[in-house]
Amino acid sequence: MNFTVNGKPIEAAFDLRTSLLDLLRDHLGLTGSKKGCNQGACGACTVLVDGARINSCLALAVQYEGRAITTVEGLASGGVLHPLQQAFIDHDGLQCGYCTPGQLCAAIGMADEIARGVPSVVTADLSAETIDLDHDEVRERMSGNLCRCGAHNGIVDAIAEAFGEVPA
Amino acid sequence: MTPFTFRRASDASAAIGLVGATASAKYLGGGTNLVDLMREGVERPAALVDVTDLSQAIEARADGSILIGAAAKNTALAADRTVRTRFPMLARAILAGASGQIRNMATVGGNILQRTRCTYFYDDAARCNKRQPGAGCDAIQGFNRIHAILGASPACIATHPSDMCVALAALDAIVHLEGPQGGRTLKLVDLHRLPGEYPDVETELTPGELITAVEIPPLPFAARSTYRKVRDRASYAFALISVAAAIDIEDGIVRDVRLALGGVAHKPWRAWAAEAALRGQPATEASFRAAAEAELTDATGLRDNAFKIELAKRTIVAVLGERAGEEA
Repeated sequence: MNFTVNGKPIEAAFDLRTSLLDLLRDHLGLTGSKKGCNQGACGACTVLVDGARINSCLALAVQYEGRAITTVEGLASGGVLHPLQQAFIDHDGLQCGYCTPGQLCAAIGMADEIARGVPSVVTADLSAETIDLDHDEVRERMSGNLCRCGAHNGIVDAIAEAFGEVPA
Repeated sequence: MTPFTFRRASDASAAIGLVGATASAKYLGGGTNLVDLMREGVERPAALVDVTDLSQAIEARADGSILIGAAAKNTALAADRTVRTRFPMLARAILAGASGQIRNMATVGGNILQRTRCTYFYDDAARCNKRQPGAGCDAIQGFNRIHAILGASPACIATHPSDMCVALAALDAIVHLEGPQGGRTLKLVDLHRLPGEYPDVETELTPGELITAVEIPPLPFAARSTYRKVRDRASYAFALISVAAAIDIEDGIVRDVRLALGGVAHKPWRAWAAEAALRGQPATEASFRAAAEAELTDATGLRDNAFKIELAKRTIVAVLGERAGEEA
């Protein structure tokens, strides 16, 4: 089966029961995406598929044949960190780092959703054309990613710097 | 996980043929629930037929209705401009559920057919009449905070976990089905069953039937509808109680109302009794309270969930009060 992973075409053969997460980690050696809960509760496995964030642990790899997958390994380019990665470092958006790859991919997917005008449950006016990326919006939209070290405040600050102003 | 075959269906008739060809075959949407249940050994399909290539179209019709392809992603439906303006309770209900990642994966058809999140249903070491008919129910004497207060049976107290379906129930949504015997439609409120003696039989679907679309009929006053969800944390948790509400008030009198509850029963709960109690009454807190009392008359609580009876009443009163304030 064929996939595009971080811009490169790859071909892989695997048992149909293999999750997209296990394909990435165990077959392709891309161990950046993490297996936290393996049931969609923690978000550590978050990757982008054609730009949309998903939980790769709940995804059967076979369902994503032919799709373009981006993992944390694909965020930096030419040895330069993605601006969000640098912002995580600058704002202490991590301690142990286990949730970080999922947080990064989730936040990049979230920024794309905001740009496309996708509302959230805390968006007051559903008819508004644009959505302000305020503190409440970031916290609600990132609720699918847990950080057991409690670096959430730094994570929100990092996302604010990378993707726009976040008034307190 | 037990082994399975996998096929991708290009259209509904191909999907129905593929599922009919293998015993214990299942349709696969986004997989956010089914894959998890397969991993836990609760579901053991011999064949999966991927139906995510079926229609994802969200068609806004001139008469004020909407036709939604069953493969539409939850995110796409919540973000749709027409849904947000004609039926905001539906957008809010979807956005109140799950996480951004899961809403990007989950389909509308799969959301409707998701299984309960009763922890005893998931736990292979627990007794569960839904997972193993006749085994008994460990939830009734167990930790039952999230369980049903309406329509439960001695066999099962599980709840249907969907937020989206609560709004669909309130909006009189019609589910379009295709199956080996042809096509038909079913009201969303008639699709899910109460547990009775057979909690393992969760819907009125016949073997091999596939949800192809969901239709929402016109309801002009739903343009000012809403959805409120009460849960144990502010985000990414299932409902303790949820309320979908639309109310049409003229000269201080309730002309019409749509009300449905989530987190209370084995199916999305249309609050028929409360609606009947409200029509023609003054739009006052006293009327809202009386309607809530009427709806919850037959509610029963267990050790951990009895608080939900009063919580449901208060949430109904609060949401109707908020809507009435906007209307005034």
